[in-house]
Amino acid sequence: MTDTQTPLLVMQNLQIEGLSEDRWKPIVKGVNLTLGKGEVLGLIGESGAGKSTIGLGAMGHVRDGCRFSGGTVHFDGIELTGASRETCRDLRSTRIAYVAQSAAASFNPAFKLISQHAEFPVRRGLMQREEAEKDAIDLYRQLQLPNPEEIGFRYPHQVSGGQLQRAMTAMAMACRPDLIIFDEPTTALDVTTQIEVLSAIRNIVEEFGTSAIYITHDLAVVAQMADRIMVLRYGEEVEAADTATMLNDPKEEYTKSLWAVRSFKAAQKAPVAEAQVPVVSLKNVTAQYPGTARPVLNDISMDFHAGRTVAVVGESGSGKSTTARSLMGLLPPVQGEILLNGAPLAPEFRKRSKAELQAVQMIYQMADTALNPKQRIKDIIGRPMTYYRGLRGKQLTQEIRALLADIELEPDQYMNRLPSELSGGQKQRIGIARALAASPKLVICDEVTSALDQLVAEGILRLLDKLQKEHDLAYMFITHDISTVRAIADEVVVMQQGRVVEQGAKEAIFSPPHAPYTDLLLSSVPEMDPAWLDRVLADRAAAQG
Amino acid sequence: MNAILHELRKAPLTAKFGIAVVLFYIFVAVFAPLLAPFGESEVVGYEYEPWSAVNWLGTDSLGRDMATRMIYGARNTIGIALVTTMIAFAVGSAAGFFAAVLQGWVDQVLSRAVDVVISIPTLIFALLLLTIFGASVTSLIGVIALIYATFVYRIARAVAMGVVVMDYVEAAQVRGEGLWWIMRKEILPNAAPPLVAEFGLRFCFVFLTISGLSFLGLGIQPPAADWGSMVRENASLITFGDLTPLIPAAAIGLLTVAVNFIVDWMLHKASGLKT
Amino acid sequence: MHYLLRLFVQRLALGLLTLFVVSLVIFLSIELLPGDVAQQVLGQSATPENLAAFRRELGLDQPAHTRYLSWLGGFLQGDLGNSLISGLPIKDLISERMYNTFFLAGFAAVISVPLAVLLGVIAALYRETFLDKSINVATLTAISVPEFFVGYILVWLFAVELGMFPSIANLSEDASLGDRIYRTFLPALTLTLIVTAHMMRMTRASLINLLALPFIEMAQLKGASQRRLIVIHALPNAIAPIVTVIAINLAYLIVGVVIVEVVFVYPGMGQLLVDSVAKRDFTVVQTACLLFAATYILFNLASDLISIASNPRLLHRK
Repeated sequence: MTDTQTPLLVMQNLQIEGLSEDRWKPIVKGVNLTLGKGEVLGLIGESGAGKSTIGLGAMGHVRDGCRFSGGTVHFDGIELTGASRETCRDLRSTRIAYVAQSAAASFNPAFKLISQHAEFPVRRGLMQREEAEKDAIDLYRQLQLPNPEEIGFRYPHQVSGGQLQRAMTAMAMACRPDLIIFDEPTTALDVTTQIEVLSAIRNIVEEFGTSAIYITHDLAVVAQMADRIMVLRYGEEVEAADTATMLNDPKEEYTKSLWAVRSFKAAQKAPVAEAQVPVVSLKNVTAQYPGTARPVLNDISMDFHAGRTVAVVGESGSGKSTTARSLMGLLPPVQGEILLNGAPLAPEFRKRSKAELQAVQMIYQMADTALNPKQRIKDIIGRPMTYYRGLRGKQLTQEIRALLADIELEPDQYMNRLPSELSGGQKQRIGIARALAASPKLVICDEVTSALDQLVAEGILRLLDKLQKEHDLAYMFITHDISTVRAIADEVVVMQQGRVVEQGAKEAIFSPPHAPYTDLLLSSVPEMDPAWLDRVLADRAAAQG
Repeated sequence: MNAILHELRKAPLTAKFGIAVVLFYIFVAVFAPLLAPFGESEVVGYEYEPWSAVNWLGTDSLGRDMATRMIYGARNTIGIALVTTMIAFAVGSAAGFFAAVLQGWVDQVLSRAVDVVISIPTLIFALLLLTIFGASVTSLIGVIALIYATFVYRIARAVAMGVVVMDYVEAAQVRGEGLWWIMRKEILPNAAPPLVAEFGLRFCFVFLTISGLSFLGLGIQPPAADWGSMVRENASLITFGDLTPLIPAAAIGLLTVAVNFIVDWMLHKASGLKT
Repeated sequence: MHYLLRLFVQRLALGLLTLFVVSLVIFLSIELLPGDVAQQVLGQSATPENLAAFRRELGLDQPAHTRYLSWLGGFLQGDLGNSLISGLPIKDLISERMYNTFFLAGFAAVISVPLAVLLGVIAALYRETFLDKSINVATLTAISVPEFFVGYILVWLFAVELGMFPSIANLSEDASLGDRIYRTFLPALTLTLIVTAHMMRMTRASLINLLALPFIEMAQLKGASQRRLIVIHALPNAIAPIVTVIAINLAYLIVGVVIVEVVFVYPGMGQLLVDSVAKRDFTVVQTACLLFAATYILFNLASDLISIASNPRLLHRK
């Protein structure tokens, strides 16, 4: 299939700049790239690596506030960085197409899917409207969309995220382009949906022999999709090689560190003594939003012990964050009770005493919205110390310094900063410090590493593990990421649609036999092995057939 | 201070122009008695005298010096509009913040009341209330401040709502902080900046509304010098091809344009867009 | 469709409720009047007999709720009561003027709505170019100067200097349409200039907001031209915001009309309202206010309903 002799796309020393604070700053700093016909290239890197910018550059497009500042992009011999709008426009849809990260936001809400699909085949005179619609239905069928005959006649808001992503892939295929840019097409999806979309994309790209640039931050995903992988950092190439070489034998330190990320594993802890009273317990908690018919949580029970981590895992809508909100007293349970050191806790947080509030603290997913942008670091982490523990003056300053040192931030340097003067990982550390400042018993970590790059997330996990040992903390660790669960959990709770599917010690949950949903969830997590997708699909087909 | 000067130097030409004009108006308003050649309502000659070395802009329908009345008008017209806007902001934003934080029935009652007031066109409602309370400076300020407080309420509530849903406010709530702390430390510092630009914009509307009412003879009352009424009193000159009566109207327009230029620049900076 | 119908009826009921509450506010505001209406109108020299007769005639001896109901009832049957000052039926005072005001406002609206939407689209299409920046400065100036400034400048230019149009828009009752248009040209032009500027700026802003959305970038990446981007991809999603903008500005037209009528001595509702406020003719002020407010509320209601009807999420439910 692959024909690298006559390249389809060649980037030479491509440079792109972006305007920030009235100054042009480089985003892409001279990238060279060659893509053969029928080849799939994976672009991988952390946020700020310039992957999406390069992907759009391959279409001769830069976002508002960006510009090409050097180098060339040749698509099938046509230079695009200096090309007229018309030249680029004529290539799009017909020869180069794009699949965006958020299909829900990228379909026009005012038109039916199939109208948007047929727009360009018809406008470019490639097909009649009826032909284009018939072709769309064929593509929908090939992409294994349910009800291919009628799904196209729905509006985007009537179709689920995973299905929209496949419909967008179908739309990209509408004119049978030579090249498709996939820009993080599965990042916003749950794992069980992701696997369907991945297999659909891979099959259709193979089927039509289309070249593709596949942009992602997820190594395991790119391993399934790409023939060749290029690792990017800060707008520059770190290294590039074919997939097998890259996975087994990376040359650069940075690449090795990326590959090694998933190696962190918290040390095994001794089992809980029978008689030990949990710090916090949920007993058969059922919760419901006022004015709704159905409960969002059904009969949830969990125990949190000092020095141990309970990982609550599930996909979006499983109720894992809602459980935390219920525990915090933000969504009071309608049935069941919450115990603190064996004593019942008022369902609503306003009715809890200061000492009770102090015992349970929370770390939020988005550090950006969790820290008041107008308060200095010393005020953010100083306030709980004053409020709960009555610390003031010199003693307060001393404690703040000690705590900053504890979360590995130099006190003199960071005390007087505003959150906007910190990186994403540092902000999350401040979020942790604010929770610790209260001297809590249980800390709820709600997807605390989801918004972070892998290396940064790794640092946060290590920090949390260290702090747990130092302060004998109980953690409720909410996440959708199975590898994080493997790294940090002692007990695991699997949730689906507001119910607990399975719970128990980590070893028990991760070794078969599983509950059917746990099995689906676990088997859907991509692995680094390039053969993983084929294997899982084959297994599932065998199980069904 | 240096940072502010630096920002000013980088400002676009329109913003610099706006700042210069506003400073000039403030200067004239503050030093009106020193700058004006005659007394505010002193009759200095015959009616409608043409421009001369003594009466720079001629005299008005009662023989008062136009230039003097222009200078005093700056003080009266701008002063009253400014006081009115400040009251509207104090009342409107306080109510808006409370509605956003407390929600529930407080929010419902305030918001529905505001809905009703806003569903009556501004000038019409002002005319209705002025009929009742009579045309005087106090009732003018009270009525216009009340009406504009409803607009400010909506904006302040929306801005504060945007802050209230932030996790750091929730964190303060579950920490056990009281309402006063949350308002003062969490909401206000984050909600105030967007309202500053809004203040400029609302000042323009208030200024134009008051000028309009004065022009209709229902705003600032004689003998106080005021730009809106000056246009009305001398409008008949226009039919003789003399544009002097429009100078106060142009002065109103110039200040509004200037404030708008500054607001545009501030909004542009806030949105972080390229120029 | 059933769901949509319910939503429509809900909004309609809400609009009527607002109208009802507004009528209550307008009626009750007179009750806030410090002192006694009869005394205020007849003056200090009035004899007790005169005052009593006056009260009886206006029904002031009745409790407020009875008066409100009979006022509202009369209103719905077309009986608007009598002027407090002249004693003439309000209906006779306003019927001709109402027609004149709607003619003037309608005249301005017919020109300004299409013009403003078109200019807004053009400015959004060529945003950040010299053309856009010029339009921006021009419209900013137009909305910054008082309405009477624009009016008088036009009087000076077209009536005094060029002598093309009359400076005073007096109308005889049997004027022909052509004559009407000729005489109302300057006031209509004044309103058009002001309202178009407002409306065009808002149209541009709402379109540009829309252009920042991902589906617009997607259309660009599918190869849509700049024009197709705006006309086919952005505009169908901009119906709701643009209709809202138009409704706000038609309401603005009502306010503008008051001042413009005074500038041109135009025999409309605005002129009447201002005169009545000066004379403190409460019953006329009440009636005029209610009519203006009702028009405004109906515009808003209409824009609300159109917005609902143009939203695919509401039209085609899951």
